[in-house]
Amino acid sequence: MKKIPIMLTVLGLATCSGFALAEADATRGAATAAVCMACHQADGSGMNIPGGESWPRLAGLDAAYISKQLHDYKSGERSSASMMPFVSMLDDQKIADVAAYYAGLPATKGKGSGSADEATLKRGQQLAERGDWSRYVVSCKSCHGPGNQGAGAVFPGIAGQHAGYIKTQLQAWKAGTRKNDTQDLMGSIARRLSDDDIHAVAAWLASQSASAN
Amino acid sequence: MIRTLSYVALSGTLLFSSIAAATDETTQQYINTLTELGYPAPKANELVHIPPTMEDLENAKLHPELKRVIRRGYDLFTNTQQLRGENVFNNMNCSSCHMGEGRMPFSAPVWPAAVTLPNFRGKNDHVNNLEERIAGCFTYSMNGKPPEYGSDNMLAISAYHQWLAKGVAMYPEQPIYGRGFPAPDRPKELRYARGEAAFEENCSVCHGEDGEGLRVGNQTVFPAVWGDMSNNWGAGIVRVFTAAGFIKNNMPLGQPNSLSDQEAWDIAYYISNQERPQDPRYTGDVKDTLEKTQERFHKHSMYGQVRETDGHILGDHNNTGEKPFLKPDSVRPRTFE
Ligand code: HEC
Ligand code: HEC
Ligand code: HEC
Ligand code: HEC
Repeated sequence: MKKIPIMLTVLGLATCSGFALAEADATRGAATAAVCMACHQADGSGMNIPGGESWPRLAGLDAAYISKQLHDYKSGERSSASMMPFVSMLDDQKIADVAAYYAGLPATKGKGSGSADEATLKRGQQLAERGDWSRYVVSCKSCHGPGNQGAGAVFPGIAGQHAGYIKTQLQAWKAGTRKNDTQDLMGSIARRLSDDDIHAVAAWLASQSASAN
Repeated sequence: MIRTLSYVALSGTLLFSSIAAATDETTQQYINTLTELGYPAPKANELVHIPPTMEDLENAKLHPELKRVIRRGYDLFTNTQQLRGENVFNNMNCSSCHMGEGRMPFSAPVWPAAVTLPNFRGKNDHVNNLEERIAGCFTYSMNGKPPEYGSDNMLAISAYHQWLAKGVAMYPEQPIYGRGFPAPDRPKELRYARGEAAFEENCSVCHGEDGEGLRVGNQTVFPAVWGDMSNNWGAGIVRVFTAAGFIKNNMPLGQPNSLSDQEAWDIAYYISNQERPQDPRYTGDVKDTLEKTQERFHKHSMYGQVRETDGHILGDHNNTGEKPFLKPDSVRPRTFE
């Protein structure tokens, strides 16, 4: 079996040293999620908001990934004015519960690829599935897994995420304002992407299915 | 577009036609990108070839049926797991080691084989052609059994290699820029414990603490660097210097040349001290096998050596991994008589 990546283990030790968490409970998580719905929606689908700040889909993301992000917001490793007031209300147990809740919801569809033309989508698909080695852009799927639907706890599913959200995250890595990724793995790739490429790959990923079935 | 030229041309004297100038600029850009990533610039006499891409294939003037076969070869090269259980018995794809679809310099780009073979190979002591070279990686790196010589799959894979070499003259006399996995200078001392720590810090997030990698469904995301699902003891990458060269030039994924030479070598040494499936040339006894293969092959590997941490003799077992046999028929001498 795959071991929990060390980074998460370390994080776990740092945040709950001394006492163990009770098992994550999705039902308790549903109650916690009541305050999240205003943005992430009752079904966890979030919302693509052109020209504004998009709310990411949480439904069907990996529980350990969600939990890491919430810890990162809380510790300031990752920053977001929208999220800050909400994570500060969550203790470690609530984080584990709400992560289990969202991870258990069926994934919804990504939005925001509608206006992209065929050439843009083709370029996006190339970056996602094969990369562009002439600029050492490794394909997204080589980390984010088959169909870009996620690989383990460290590499989240990005297919079927909203284009607006994907774009702002990649721009944030490029600008150095998001840097909570292990070993700068995402940052190294994002910094090699042009704005056009970010647009293209975000549009294509949003048009893809978040889960294999 | 196909661009091939000797780096000598870049220094200026040859560049009178505008085509040469355009080629020159493209090549210079290609080299700039590589040097920015920390790779060395080509030496004055080296052959620089930019292998064509799959997009170039679409635009090429080739018979549509040939294009289809090259695409098939590309598909087999990048998703070799489709031959699992038949020709492949571990978690590797060809592109697990030959990065960037077999096109990247310093990641053993595969096209040189198409223009330098047939030739004599020390590893098996006879003249090999391209198919036999490909068969070699199936036998050792994929812990497998090569597709039959002349079969559809073998032809398709060879066709992909030859397509990548498009425009390069046969038997070039110049050395090839970025061929193989050039190793950095070997540091004075290699340490197992340092290698282990550096592996955990830089590599285990993807390859796992036990080097087992990660599969999702029936696809490999991160290949196994040792153990049953990795290459066997006969593969080129078990030589410590080859592993060090691969690691320095290609890992961690997306961050080539980010490790120090010492780190790359220590990690290579640590990996080289782990177990993997038996060398197909095994005679039933590791000492005997070593005696027969050391001169030609195992001089630079840890095969048959004692692991310093626990006294274990590496390769002293008859485990062939998932492969239900030891040696495929393709491993045989040729005499041309
Ligand atoms: C006011 C709107 C809003 C509310 C309410 C809200 N979020 Fe968010 N959430 C966002 C935005 C915007 C982002 C993206 C921020 C960024 O760019 O980092 C986000 C990001 C996230 C992420 C990261 C997703 C990823 O894919 O990395 C998680 C997890 C998350 N929110 C969980 C929650 C939970 C749990 C709650 C309730 C306790 C909650 N959010 C409440 C707006 C909100
Ligand atoms: C070398 C590995 C690697 C490659 C290649 C890679 N990523 Fe990532 N990516 C990561 C990691 C690790 C994270 C999670 C960071 C974290 O823990 O916060 C991530 C996160 C993301 C996120 C944020 C997801 C979320 O829910 O907030 C997006 C969007 C993303 N990647 C897009 C891409 C795209 C597009 C590509 C291809 C152009 C790509 N990635 C290639 C490693 C990689
Ligand atoms: C475990 C890593 C690994 C895998 C997987 C692998 N190879 Fe190799 N390959 C190597 C090494 C190491 C070399 C030798 C490089 C050198 O010259 O030092 C090599 C060399 C080659 C060469 C000769 C290149 C030259 O410069 O002449 C060809 C052709 C080749 N491989 C094809 C393949 C094919 C086809 C596959 C899949 C069936 C494959 N390889 C899978 C490691 C691998
Ligand atoms: C972000 C994930 C990631 C990290 C971190 C990473 N690798 Fe890899 N590694 C890969 C992938 C993916 C491949 C296969 C290449 C491909 O499919 O494009 C690979 C291939 C390899 C291979 C050749 C195939 C095999 O399994 O033997 C070796 C050896 C290797 N990596 C060693 C390392 C070492 C040593 C480190 C740390 C210095 C490292 N890797 C860090 C993802 C990673």
